Amino acid sequence: MKIRSLLTLFSLCVLANLLQAQDGDMLSMLGDSQTTEVVTASFKTDRVVNLESLENVAGGELDIKIAHRFGFISGGAYELYGLDQATIRIGGNYGITDRLMVGVGRSSYEKTFDAFSKFKLLRQTTGARKMPFTICLMGSVAVKTIKPTDPVRENFFSSKLFYTGQIIIGRKFSKSFSFQLSPTIVHRNLVLTNAEKNDVLALGAGARIKLGKRTSLNAEYIYVLPNQLAPQYKNSLSLGFDIETGGHVFQLHFTNSTSMIEKGFIAENTGDWRHGDIHFGFNLSRTFSIK
Amino acid sequence: MKNIFFIVLLLSAQLAFGQKYFSKTGKISFYSEAPMEKIEAQNSSASTALDVNTGNMEWAVLIQGFKFDKALMQEHFNENYMESSTYPKAKFKGKIDNFSSVNFAKDGTYNITASGQLEIHGITKPITSTGVITLKNGAISAKSKFTILLADYGIQIPKLVADNISKSVDITVEVNYQLMPTE
Repeated sequence: MKIRSLLTLFSLCVLANLLQAQDGDMLSMLGDSQTTEVVTASFKTDRVVNLESLENVAGGELDIKIAHRFGFISGGAYELYGLDQATIRIGGNYGITDRLMVGVGRSSYEKTFDAFSKFKLLRQTTGARKMPFTICLMGSVAVKTIKPTDPVRENFFSSKLFYTGQIIIGRKFSKSFSFQLSPTIVHRNLVLTNAEKNDVLALGAGARIKLGKRTSLNAEYIYVLPNQLAPQYKNSLSLGFDIETGGHVFQLHFTNSTSMIEKGFIAENTGDWRHGDIHFGFNLSRTFSIK
Repeated sequence: MKNIFFIVLLLSAQLAFGQKYFSKTGKISFYSEAPMEKIEAQNSSASTALDVNTGNMEWAVLIQGFKFDKALMQEHFNENYMESSTYPKAKFKGKIDNFSSVNFAKDGTYNITASGQLEIHGITKPITSTGVITLKNGAISAKSKFTILLADYGIQIPKLVADNISKSVDITVEVNYQLMPTE
């Protein structure tokens, strides 16, 4: 009996030794210590096309943005398919922290200045603590400085102001596919006619599919809820192609929106895709580390 | 009585043979310099284990854990070069070749050569590197520096920036080992 138990013990020890001496993973004995990683690079830059994407400029980085929209392709050969005209927005975005960024810009369209701020409330993470979505809050203000066309009306400064509030809810579903929804409210202090609402509610959607490591296809559509705008205004639809080369991102796109700020591309969109009212345009982004 | 002695003997033999050291805070850094772009990053949470009886050594590190000064460089490192969502870890599995020349019972500095298989970006290649093991008051620390070619591990540099990025990278690994609990 004694011998048998001794033998058992001995064989157990030998077995244990064998198991330990096995060339298997010593590291697996440590167990995987799970960390939480923030999901990055859902979009190449902080715009899908016109819509703010769920990405921010990182803390301490400055992103200089130059954006062009040529005229409508429907202008035909006489207008060289829109290339004779161009509107431009020059802007700069700065990351105060990785979660909070601010930006300013000036659009040639209606000589409009704009300023905005975007804050990442929640960030999509993987690992130990999983968060399925990124949620950002965005607020912007725009001042239209073009000289008023109606000389009779008394012009208040407040009449030139526009505000936008936006929630961005998005997710990087896979390494090549990201999708976001952007419920938005645009407030206009002054509107052209009684039939138009001062507050315009809209739902934007944006997506990107990566084609290669450094290129992606982007699309966005902004649905404006009915009975808020005059009938000539259309929903914004844009298709884009992003190319990233180190510190630069080139975004080339087709869009029916002339303006590059929310109050314009959501609520003042006259172009209609079905009539060829499509702008070719690009956004050029160059990031500098200045911390 | 005899039995108990025997059991103790067996168990102690077990302990002596099972001496393994580990760390979860191994430091790995890399550095490469080209005329246009200096690239460097650190990671302080590499896992590593060392068996002082066999000289076997293993390392594993999460690619996403490498920290750069420039956020954009870090994003492109993960996204475009290392493809860390597809290949999350780099691993080394090998042994200290001249491990018999290291006396783990005696303080001192020992020059070693380690060789094994290094896996980066999903590609495994044999590698040999020199390093130093230091024993001080029973504590073991190790350090090594080696150079790899990006092309060996299928890490492509686009032609557009080929002159800006060095084709080789100097890697430094450093660790203070702790005794691995037997349980």
